This record gives sequence, structure tokens and C-alpha cells, in this order.
Amino acid sequence: MPRRIFVTGLGIITGIGNNLAETKDSLFHLRTGIGRIRYLNAGLNSDIPVSEVKCSFEECFQLAGIPVSEGYSRNALLGMIAAKEAYLDARIADLPGLRTGLISATTVGGMDRCELYFDDFLNNDSKNIYIDTYDCADSTEKIADMLGIRDYLTTISTACSSSANAIQLGARMILNGDLDRVVAGGTETLTKFHLFGFDALKILDKEISKPFDENRNGINLGEGAAYLVLESEESVKKSGKRILCELTGWGNACEAFHQTASSPDGIGAYLAMKKAVDLSGLDVADIDYINAHGTGTDNNDISEGRAIQKLFGTAIPPVSSTKPYTGHTTSAAGATEAIISILCLLEQVIWPNLNFSEPMKDLDFLPVKEIIRDKKINHVMSNSFGFGGNDTSLIFSRVEP
Amino acid sequence: MSAFINGIGMISPQKTVETHDFLEEIVEYDSGYLKCIEPVSYKPYIDPIQSRRMSRLIKMGIASAKMCLNESGCTLPDAIITGTGLGSVEETEKILATIHLDQPFLNPTPFMQSTYNTISSQIAIQMKCHNYNSTYVHRTFSFESSLQDALLQISEGSSRNVLAGGIDEMTQNHLVITRRAGHWKNGVFKNLEMLSWDSPGSVAGEGASFFLLSEDKNETTYARLRDVKTIYKPATPGEVIQRVYSILAACGLVTSDIDLVLLGINGDNRTDPAYRTFARTAFPETPLAYYKHLCGEYHTASGFALWLASNILKRQTIPGILRINDLQCNPLRNILIYNQYYNVNHSLILVTI
Repeated sequence: MPRRIFVTGLGIITGIGNNLAETKDSLFHLRTGIGRIRYLNAGLNSDIPVSEVKCSFEECFQLAGIPVSEGYSRNALLGMIAAKEAYLDARIADLPGLRTGLISATTVGGMDRCELYFDDFLNNDSKNIYIDTYDCADSTEKIADMLGIRDYLTTISTACSSSANAIQLGARMILNGDLDRVVAGGTETLTKFHLFGFDALKILDKEISKPFDENRNGINLGEGAAYLVLESEESVKKSGKRILCELTGWGNACEAFHQTASSPDGIGAYLAMKKAVDLSGLDVADIDYINAHGTGTDNNDISEGRAIQKLFGTAIPPVSSTKPYTGHTTSAAGATEAIISILCLLEQVIWPNLNFSEPMKDLDFLPVKEIIRDKKINHVMSNSFGFGGNDTSLIFSRVEP
Repeated sequence: MSAFINGIGMISPQKTVETHDFLEEIVEYDSGYLKCIEPVSYKPYIDPIQSRRMSRLIKMGIASAKMCLNESGCTLPDAIITGTGLGSVEETEKILATIHLDQPFLNPTPFMQSTYNTISSQIAIQMKCHNYNSTYVHRTFSFESSLQDALLQISEGSSRNVLAGGIDEMTQNHLVITRRAGHWKNGVFKNLEMLSWDSPGSVAGEGASFFLLSEDKNETTYARLRDVKTIYKPATPGEVIQRVYSILAACGLVTSDIDLVLLGINGDNRTDPAYRTFARTAFPETPLAYYKHLCGEYHTASGFALWLASNILKRQTIPGILRINDLQCNPLRNILIYNQYYNVNHSLILVTI
């Protein structure tokens, strides 16, 4: 009997809500978090729409439950807020003695403070406390210290699939018997660094993005953090805890094509999805919904769409990208969309792809246009693909209560 | 859970490239920054048209990966896993300087090369490898996490051959910045006198190392990677030693079976005493060695230590330049690598014949 991985806790903060309840409410109201920049000092790119967490830096401290103090990045604070929600949701503290790990993901780490203080770093000693918060490990260690997690700690950075890989590693370590439960996810803060970088690549939409639309024009960047608590079957049995769903499949593959572009045939996407389906033991026909990576770039949506067509043939399940709600939260996107996919299982709904109007000439299927409430949803797939062709796909399955 | 080390590529501040020598000629430094001695030409490793646009870090990463694969005879690994504490520092600084002036980027290349996963993915692109690909970015756990994932890949049957490595670079700006944070010594310090230093701070280093970890032993095998453990903020020094005992016990070994302990001593008097206490407590009669006087301190310096351990076991000799004490052991069968970072991130790597 293969061992099973259960999800027992969720925590999320993005542009559409500071917690899981607010996120769900925004999804049901088809509300986007994308709009004019309010908190980020974006300089000459201030007119590019983004999905910011609707909190000032000071308010982030409040939500994290700590006094405003030096040495914290917005990135660490967002991570702390979401990880704490997941930790409390899974009631981890109720059952000490089990081995608990934290696997977190981020792409630019504490860059939000670093880009503000870079001049000071070079020229004076006034911001030295932030020098070591610039790297990717800082937010992970701050989260671990807040939650008292010490048994295992690491940080993954595979661009926009980072937190999906964190979830995957958590599952593999539990299966291998290294850990009993893992808080896995990612945190990413909007930065001038990312905004200018993506702008240089000319893949930012100046309007709200339109994934899988013929006239799609690029990405809206977002920020946020999302964490899942994964547990072994034995751990759940001990605690008698409520099970939200099961993580049944995961697959990681590499496009090996180009540093920032996807291949025309989506080989990486295809292999990642196929590996996940194969591992789950399911048939492709069992997948009831695909939460696509669907960035809204010309390149991704063709590549991902063709990979979906290749794997699912003529029986393509409902597909939507939820990035027009949350924006593209880069390293946090994998965990953000894993949670939205899990909400589909829990609420038995599929949220539509916002802003869709014109079918893509290159694809044979359409994304979900209206909310779907009358379909039995047992298995959902969540795709996350990153620069460098780091592609990861996850499958979550409903567990009968 | 274990794997054979069947190939290594190592670019370091010592002469470790394109040579069969093993530390026969030592490079001395007194600048506070031990800089990698790169290949004379990258041509044997990277198409010159491509390498023209590549950052130094990416070139070192691809070259060390290719050296490793060439030596092992493996052409297509089942997984590529990289650890890097700081990623592309040089490219990141270029971007920070531009946005500081609030100027638009005209050239997206630094941004494309700045992401931490660039090395793993560029290696995959070079060899059209569609297999598992990941990057770990957790300070001095980065390289260790790659090794752990590699061992997991092999143990779960997902991979037979994994290319795993650790890579970090230093730049002049980053040296200034991190010196401000108290990581480095000020002034002139001769690297080979590290054991006599008695002040806070270390000397900066860098390196690129890749290892081909395989399920099967073959004619190129150096050694066997038995276990890798990371320990975060141990409550007491005894906790690290307890972990040593449990790792050894899992492999059917006791402390007296260890023939050499490689310590991450780095000349910083805030943490070096802890290494000595560790060795005195757990390994009072074991040969001890250190290595950061040769490669400097950096997040993935354990890659240099694993390169050393692998060569020591294969060649059955401990270069004198590494020794802390004069104790002898013959034959050399089991080596323990112990590294720590400010008593926060501790790691143990067990390598055997």
C-alpha cells in the first residue's frame, strides 16, 4: 500500500485577500486584486498595474503579530503571515514530538529592502541590519523562528515554479520517512527589481491580463505568500485531524529550451503534467480541472495550451488561469494556485478565467468563461512553470469526509 | 540511502582545473578575497558565441558541470540540482545600479541571468536535459540541500545518475557590502596563516563544484556519499554531536571509525572555538583537517570540502597543507565534513570508500 500525503492546513495572503476566507470571498465575487500601484516605490514604472497585498509595510507587521522593528523585509513578513495561518489551521502545535519541516520558496528574497538601501549598503553603515536579509534564506529562517520549526529547513528558487517544487519536496521527504509533516510554500514581494526586469523583457500587460485570449498581452505581476501543511498518513491518524485533501501527484521537468521563453510545443509542461498523472496512478480522464500556469504571455499560453492538448487529447477538462485575480506572484504562484485548486475541491466550484473574450487561433480549447458549480470535482491539476524551463505540475484529490 | 561519487568538476581559488595534481602547488592570498582560478579558455565547455553573453558565474557553473560529466562518462543525468547561497551577485548588482538611477533597462540579459535557477537551467539547456531540475538557495544549507535531494532522487528510484553541485561568486561591491555586515576581516591576512588568526571575520572565497552521484560504482568512482544532515540552530553544542552519533550509527559506524574530520574553520574567532570544542569532545584521537584557508568562506564551501574528501579517499593521502594535528590513519576509509555558519546553520556530510 503506497503511503499517502494529506493536506491539513492552508494559509494565504495575496492581492485578493489577507487570509483564506478573504481569498475565497474574492474568488466567489470574481474580484481582481490588480490595479494601480499604491505601496511600491516603482519610479518610472509607476503606471504598470500590479496586484499588491493591500497592506502597508507597517500593517504587515501587525498581521504577522509582531511589533514594527528593524531587520524585517516585506517578503519575510508576508511569508510569516501566510505560514502562521497554515500552521494554526493544521493545529501543528497540538501534537508536539512529530518531526516538522519548513520548505519555503522565493525568487528575489529580501530584495524589497535591499533595493531601497543599496546605496547605504555601499556607502554607509546605517542599514547594515538589512544586508543579511537580502538573500533567499532570510524569510525562511524568520518564518521557522516564529513557528518554532527546527527539524528541517531549506529554501528553493526555481523562478515561477519555486513553491510548487517546495510542495513536491515536502511530499517526497514525508514519503521517504524523513519528516512527519511539512509547512511548504513560498513568499514573494513586489519589487522595483522584478517590475523593471519583467518590463525589460517586454512581457508586462499595461491592462489586466487576458490569459488564453487571442489578444493577450502579457503578465501582471503580483505579490503574496501561500503555505500548505502536508502530513503523513500516520501523523494524521495520531492527531485525528481534519483532512482537506490529498496530494496525489507531482512532476518536475525541464524545458531545456531557453532562459526565459517556453518551447513552442511545451515539452517541459507536457513532461511535468505527465509525470504527475503517472505518479498519481490516475488516468488523464480523471482530472476534473486544470489550474493553468496561464501567465497571459504570447509564449506561455501557446506552449502550455499545446502541452495540454497533447496530454489530454480531445477530452480536455475545464482549464482556467486565476492569475487575473491574484496577478502573477512568481515564486509564490505555485502555492497560491495550489490553494485555489484545493478550494475548487472543497467548494466544488471552478472559477473562470477573467477577461477572456477571443479564442486563441493556435488552440482547440477555450478556458472556463463562467463559474462552474454543477460538476463533481475529484481531482485537480495545478501547473507552475518558470524561467529556465523549470516546470512543475501538482495533482490534488478529494478525500471523502 | 547513499550514492557513489563518479565524477567531479571543481573550479576554486586553487589550481583544481584541468590537472591531475592534488594540491601539489598551493596558491597564496593576502587580499581578503580568494578568487577562482578559471579555465584558461571556456571553449572546451561552452560554444564561444553563447559564452560571450554569459556571466562569469554561469560560465563557471556550466564548465564545472561539464568537467564532472566528462570525467564520469555520463552524458545525460537523470536530475540536475544546484545549490547557491547568493546566485548571480554580479548581474543583480548591475540591475540594482540601474534601478537606483530610475532608468529603464535597455538590456534584459542581466535580469535573465540574475535568477538563482539560471545555472541549473543553463546546464540543462546545454545538454538538452528535460529531466528533474531544481535549485536550493539557503545560505550554507544550499549545497547540502542539493545533495540531500540527489540522495532522495536515487533512493526513491527516480534517478540513477544525479548531477548535483554548489556554486557561489564574490564581487568587489559585494565584498564591500558584506564586510560592512562584519563577515570579513579588514587589512592584510595571509590565507595560509588562518589557524593563528584571532579576530572576528573570515576571508571571502568562491567556487563552483559539481558531482555526479550515481547508484552504481564504476571505474571512475572516487568515494561513496553516505549521508548529509543539516541542523538549524542547535539548542546546545551537544545536539550536533548527538546527530553525528546517529548518522554514524545508521551506517554501522562509531566515532573511532572516522579516519579524518574536515572542519569548516574559517579564521573567525567567534565560531572557530566551537569547531575545536566539537573535535575535542567527539573526535579527540582522530586526524583533523581544515580547508577554508584554500578556498575562502562562502555559502557553498562544503562543495570544496567534498571535493577534498573524495580525492583523499581515492588517492589515500591527506595533503599536509590541510592538517590541524599530526595523527595518522591508514587506510583512509571514512571522512566526516562538519561546517557551521554563525552557530545557526550546521551541516554534516559523511563520505566513505
